[in-house]
Amino acid sequence: MPKNLKFGLLITVILGTLSWLAYQGINDTSTYFKTVTELKAMGDTAHTKRLRMQGYVVGDVERNGKDVSFTMRFDQDTIKVKYIGTGPLPDTLRPEADAVADGKLGPDGVFLASTVQAKCASKYEAKPGEYKPTAASPRS
Amino acid sequence: MENIGALSLILAFCLAIYSVLGSLYGKWASNRFLIISAERAVYAIWLLTTGASAMLVYALLTGDFRIAYVASVTNTAMPTIYKFTAWWGGQEGSLLLWVWILATYSAVVIFQNRRKFREMMPYVVAILMVTQAFFLCLITIPMSPFDVVAIGKEILTPPDGRGLNPLLQYWTMAIHPPTLYLGYVGFIVPFAFAFASMITRQPGDAWIHTTRRWTLVTWLFQSAGILLGAGWAYSVLGWGGYWAWDPVENASFLPWLTATAFLHSVMMQEKKGMMKVWNMALVAATYLLCIFGTFLTRSGVVSSVHAFAEGPIGRYFAVFLAAEIAIVVYLILARLDYLKSEQPLESVLSRESSFMFNNLILLASCFSILWGTMFPVISEAITDEKISVGVEFFNKVNIPIGLFLLFLTGVGPLIAWRRSSLDSLKKAFLWPTVGMFLTIVILLGTGVRSIYALMSFGLCVFVTWTILSEFFKGSMAIAAKSGQNLIAAMVELTHRNTRRYGGYIVHMGIVIMFIGFTGSAFNQDTFVDVNKGESFALGKYKLTLKDIQDGQNTNYAYSRATIDVKEGDQSLGSLQPEVRLYMLDSDQPQKSSVVAIRRKLNEDLYVNLEGAVDQSGKQSIRAFIFPLVSWIWIGFWVLFVGNIICLIPSKVKMQFAKTQMIGMVETNAPVTQ
Repeated sequence: MPKNLKFGLLITVILGTLSWLAYQGINDTSTYFKTVTELKAMGDTAHTKRLRMQGYVVGDVERNGKDVSFTMRFDQDTIKVKYIGTGPLPDTLRPEADAVADGKLGPDGVFLASTVQAKCASKYEAKPGEYKPTAASPRS
Repeated sequence: MENIGALSLILAFCLAIYSVLGSLYGKWASNRFLIISAERAVYAIWLLTTGASAMLVYALLTGDFRIAYVASVTNTAMPTIYKFTAWWGGQEGSLLLWVWILATYSAVVIFQNRRKFREMMPYVVAILMVTQAFFLCLITIPMSPFDVVAIGKEILTPPDGRGLNPLLQYWTMAIHPPTLYLGYVGFIVPFAFAFASMITRQPGDAWIHTTRRWTLVTWLFQSAGILLGAGWAYSVLGWGGYWAWDPVENASFLPWLTATAFLHSVMMQEKKGMMKVWNMALVAATYLLCIFGTFLTRSGVVSSVHAFAEGPIGRYFAVFLAAEIAIVVYLILARLDYLKSEQPLESVLSRESSFMFNNLILLASCFSILWGTMFPVISEAITDEKISVGVEFFNKVNIPIGLFLLFLTGVGPLIAWRRSSLDSLKKAFLWPTVGMFLTIVILLGTGVRSIYALMSFGLCVFVTWTILSEFFKGSMAIAAKSGQNLIAAMVELTHRNTRRYGGYIVHMGIVIMFIGFTGSAFNQDTFVDVNKGESFALGKYKLTLKDIQDGQNTNYAYSRATIDVKEGDQSLGSLQPEVRLYMLDSDQPQKSSVVAIRRKLNEDLYVNLEGAVDQSGKQSIRAFIFPLVSWIWIGFWVLFVGNIICLIPSKVKMQFAKTQMIGMVETNAPVTQ
């Protein structure tokens, strides 16, 4: 077999296999990014897709034994989130934290999250203009 | 003081621009005075940025909360060491660190080469300083670390700052960013030399020899930085993972992949004059990915929970990156004749071809990770829907890639240059292959069914065998000749050709890490709510919650559990996980867990106290068994030692030239020692 053909075949086989794996990986794990508001606007299609929902936590995170639930909000829309995952919830999940919940929309309209991430370590920064100098005194 | 700090950064920015223009114009007009003055400007930039950094650090240590950055990353309760590391605890400060490291590297490069490479140094200076100017521009215009907190015309002096995130108050996190930056920023140097050499059409490959140490040292820093991040995630985040394919992690991993590919393929250019275009592309890709990585972590373009606040600096990066890519592509295309390969690829079974496949695979991995990371952005641009891919996508593609790379690690170094016969392959690989299949059969017998775990352990045996046999063959020969014992002969062997045997040791480190990664196929965990005195089981362990202690110091309040660990009837001591409440903000204390880990070579027992369930004192505890995790860190230290050995000059010079360049056109490339 000519040398170039051999190289060509090997490379095709390798890249072909990897592309196939990548294609499968994308199909199996595609998750739609939605804010709470966009999720509400999706209607019934929301029930069939994997979703990653963005918003922030309003009110307390309720822990009842192993059941954890809380409410997320974006603009004017709120949704109830029930955590059904097995991993530990991040310590950063607390009222007003920016949170991202991965999971599905249950039939009753409660979001069933398998993982929840909350604004994490390196993101711990004031947004521009967010600094509230309530306790501060103007320099005289 | 903040004014002087900000002013020195502005001055440094002006000098960087001057340095770029000065060296380019000086070169064009053959004005030696201008070229030298542009080089001196680099030293001045170092002084100015050092001064600015010192001022910021002083402000952090003394708690000058008028400065917004200081107020956002420190408070009075923090230990002094973390006040210092707060330098890189936030965006503005870490960009200043970036700038300072680049300034230091640039000054070192220019000092080292003050009498060498007069032809191409102006371009080296220009490339370094373009990058420098860009980053200086970021911290003078949109992201100054010296901005003061002000309302109206009043400058405010808050009594205390917000404090550094408690998750970052941990030793590996204190040194992770600077280590990674030392690696990222350092790769600009090989890039600058490679391109300067190409622009000026230098004969030979002097830039490779000059930058070999830079490449190795910065590669080591990148590896260390990535591993520190992984170690931090493992010991701090409480879920026991060390890698989650998070965009920020990916950002640090991408340049590492191309840098690794470059380290290998540059040998082909050094020894055989091949793959020149490829190497230029790789060194440029690594440099661009370093910039891109900084961009990814800073811009919030991919919504990662890790990413820094969405800054206004995304646009700056996008423009800078686009311009650089265009220039790089143009330059390579314009110099294709200069980059022509001196040798063709001869056979599929050859060292050259194994290098090529190593590169192909590393790049495929890099591309898949880049694609996966940017998928939300790409899909949004094409379909208007932001779609992300999950961890499984990355694993699905990258586990096979990892295994194939592991295989090449064993095969590559033993195949002859140019072409290999099947017979010689049989001789070299018969026993390692037998060892591999034997391992797989034994593991199957003990009940291991995970296909990837079987392959991985099998390949680890295969590669270890080939590496050890290389050491044995060489040192036996030396021992027989000189009468030394085997250990002394092995040291002698390594010293004779540090690059080759140091490289093997690095490979061994990677193999050991793979053993650690593979352990994750056998993780176990449990999640319980227990009262004081109650026990629960995990695997072979029995854990009993003995005590809960509450306490407080100036930085945080804590409750600490004492958990007795038993295996059968034998007591293994106790673990003390903690949950802390940091008083960063008086109305909203932040919770942070400090896990307790019993580290052993065979497995880690990992206990995370999540805190009281209710008022009764019942505690939520999550416990994990992570088999073999320690080998990841051990593997890193082996890699570290191997890398250091590679940096030691070989005792026997030109050895590879004698043994491996037979049948080649003689090139008079000097081997730097």
